[in-house]
Amino acid sequence: MSVSATSGASETSESPSNIPEGVTELQDAVIRFAGNSQDGIQTIGGFLARLAGRSAREVMTYMTIPSTISGGASIFQVHLGSGEVLSAGDESDFLFAFYQDSYNNHISSLKEGGICIYDSDHVEEIQKIPGIVHVAIPITSTTVEAIGGSSRDRGKNIFVLGLVTQLFSLNRDKLITLVEKQFGRKSEDVLRNAMLAFDAGYAYPIGDLLGREFDLKEGAAKGEDKVTTDGNTAMTMGLLAGGVRYGSGYPITPWSTIMEQLRSELPKYGGLFVQAEDELSAVSMALGFAYSGHTSVTGSSGPGLSLKMEALSYATMAELPIVVINVQRGGPSTGLPTSVEQSDLMQAIYGSHGDSPRIVIAPKNVEDCFYVGVEACQLAREYSCPVLVLTDQALATRIEAFSQPDLEKIVVEPVLDQDARGEDFKPYPIDGLTKHAPPGTEMEGGKYPVVTGLEHDEWGHPSGNPDVHAKMNARRRDKVKAFGETLSLPEVYGDESGEVLIVGWGSTWGPIRESVNRLRDAGRKVGTFHLRHINPMPNGLETIFEKFDHVVVVEMNDEGLYGNGQLATLLRSRYCDPKIVSVCKTDGLTYKVREIIERIDGVIA
Amino acid sequence: MSAPAETKKLTKKDLTADHPTWCPGCGDFAVLAAFFKVLEKLQFPHEKICTIAGIGCSSRFPYFVNGHGVHFIHGRALPLATGVSLSRPDLHVFAFGGDGDGYSIGGNHLDHAARKNVNLTYVVMDNFVYGLTKKQTSPTSPTGFKSKTDPTGAIDQPINPMKKLVYGGASFVARTHATQVKHMMSVFERAIQHPGFSVVEVLSECVVFYPGIFDDGNPRKGGEFDIIDEKVGDGSPEDEGRHDVTDGNAAYELASLQYPGKFGVFYQNERPTKNQLEQQWIDSTKEKVGDASTADLLSARFASMK
Repeated sequence: MSVSATSGASETSESPSNIPEGVTELQDAVIRFAGNSQDGIQTIGGFLARLAGRSAREVMTYMTIPSTISGGASIFQVHLGSGEVLSAGDESDFLFAFYQDSYNNHISSLKEGGICIYDSDHVEEIQKIPGIVHVAIPITSTTVEAIGGSSRDRGKNIFVLGLVTQLFSLNRDKLITLVEKQFGRKSEDVLRNAMLAFDAGYAYPIGDLLGREFDLKEGAAKGEDKVTTDGNTAMTMGLLAGGVRYGSGYPITPWSTIMEQLRSELPKYGGLFVQAEDELSAVSMALGFAYSGHTSVTGSSGPGLSLKMEALSYATMAELPIVVINVQRGGPSTGLPTSVEQSDLMQAIYGSHGDSPRIVIAPKNVEDCFYVGVEACQLAREYSCPVLVLTDQALATRIEAFSQPDLEKIVVEPVLDQDARGEDFKPYPIDGLTKHAPPGTEMEGGKYPVVTGLEHDEWGHPSGNPDVHAKMNARRRDKVKAFGETLSLPEVYGDESGEVLIVGWGSTWGPIRESVNRLRDAGRKVGTFHLRHINPMPNGLETIFEKFDHVVVVEMNDEGLYGNGQLATLLRSRYCDPKIVSVCKTDGLTYKVREIIERIDGVIA
Repeated sequence: MSAPAETKKLTKKDLTADHPTWCPGCGDFAVLAAFFKVLEKLQFPHEKICTIAGIGCSSRFPYFVNGHGVHFIHGRALPLATGVSLSRPDLHVFAFGGDGDGYSIGGNHLDHAARKNVNLTYVVMDNFVYGLTKKQTSPTSPTGFKSKTDPTGAIDQPINPMKKLVYGGASFVARTHATQVKHMMSVFERAIQHPGFSVVEVLSECVVFYPGIFDDGNPRKGGEFDIIDEKVGDGSPEDEGRHDVTDGNAAYELASLQYPGKFGVFYQNERPTKNQLEQQWIDSTKEKVGDASTADLLSARFASMK
């Protein structure tokens, strides 16, 4: 919590009475809700994030979800700020603990001077920690009482939302509009109970207990309501905008919410998403859509991507355009289904049999999921090859606010190209890109094409000729390489030259950027660039590397047998530069800024 | 009266592509010939014919048909064909394959294509053996069959494709024999005309690795080609005893007969196809959103996230 001006006094007492009274203005605040997944703590976080998007505040959220069906410890952390919010926050300023074990497990997440508000109906033992303020509120019983004596405690998340609204002087009217929008869809009873719980929380004298209230400042930009959503939703929107009209998938966490949304959304666009019987069928059906002339998508998470690999190699060979979304999670095997990892990079690039070049791109934050979704569609169509998108569990589930994309400029209306093909039609011209003749296309020469996974010549005829195989392998490689040549050098953020260059990809963008800010504030010469295009990479990265003493690649995967993470291995392989070193981890959690800074100093020492 | 120029008849010559690479005497030649004859009869527009196959001897089929085609990966012809059928109602979609491709590596897809009643026709050339890989046991190899993977004779109970198909929910299930070309043609024609997922199991001999296996169903080799006596619905007493193709239990009983069993249509029943059901959903959804443009639809969705 960065506090502005009003209070300079020490806040180390555990007694509320020692805290300065009045209203404290906050620039930003990290609020953690710790409870069980069925308590609806995600709902509180979702409302706060949505409110932030309507109040010119930056927001980023973070949550953990148990992989159990119902129940299990869960947290939702919201980082609200009037400046740039790049991470969900290393430590929290406020903790709302619903149970004894949520208290025990999360009390250490509070910063010094942090405030813990706990449900005194469930939390009985309080640790005496210097510098932490405790506030006991019987959240469960007060909620039950407010809703009308029912034994159900279902509304306590909304009670806490009311509490938070009052504590931070949030815009009550805007929040109520959001609550009404969400619960009004269900039934009048549900909405009435929600409002009763909200009002009880709002009226609770938390300010008196704490002896003060907070005012979370609104940001500078006004007038524009931001889109507040998670990465999987943004990705879905990007795919729709990019021209996807057909797709197929199989449920797997955390990919499922993309397929669920595509299933519901596509019929509005005259399209269709099919739930297949397995991953093999899903990718095959998606290739059927692609072969039919559509922009087609499939997707999965780690284990499911492995199952699709044979068909993806076919797509490389047959040069069919297909977008494949992989929402990475902890592996190997079933691994950590609801935790984050970036360990599918090598699988995405090299996972298939044979030499099967394809494009691999990765979004850096929730907003970028939209734009990467659009770009993946364009690339698949242009290069007629598989385009793999590597997002991850953290991006999939976390909520951020961003400006609505300029749809009129971005939207691609798909065209089914069935213009008759002339006698000279070659699906695989040695000097040009593939443009298939989808079924239904008249072939003026009278000869119809068969798309095949066998090696073939320019006309698509199977051929075992050694020269043909070498030439066609080169053709498939060179078209991906040619795309690499169109890429401009990534922008370096921070210092253009100096001590340390941090290189990242995917969802680590925010914490890495914040690390650079903090290191530079401390007087270090540090820069960073983030790779969106990983296969192929842009050319000329060495011209950036040479301006720094150290190149540190920060990734959420294992350091491997030789001490290098997956992107670091690729960069070392390409540039043969021993200056490239790795910071890796596989604890299933997103990077904390402090963690990055400490680990970098460890590897360059 | 002369026909307009563009209604030039589609002939076997137009439909013939590469000369098949099958071994001389392979049953699949007759399947291809019967397919050409039925297409000559039905006169679909040439560009609307699409043949799809996986891997195996019989899965080479698309190369021998001059039409849009896909030679896909092992066992996945049906999912790919499903994608084509669902997104392109203008096409006539055919999948071809063998027993290994369809009943073993692709067995699960067959159940689900059947359950979904995808509008396409699937022809399985069943030879009871893996031929392309040179004589391994197949899912339909009878127990005792000596192969390179069962040198002392196959021990696993074979799959009964007809039971699998009837049980799986295929809405048209028929069985024929590659030596009986007329029968094959009539069954193909009915399968193609059937709206929904139609499957024809063709006993098609592998003369190299399992010669003579289907002689019991071939009158010229001393066997009996026992054709199902279908109900004609004339109300006569003899019609009572005939096979009702809409009766799933009766089809299952036919499928339970001792080899070589009966040939013809085991089951045929119309129920809504996945193609129709999905289209209904698309139509009713589109009706709700009116003529909103893509940008309008996306904007409305974004607005709900603000």
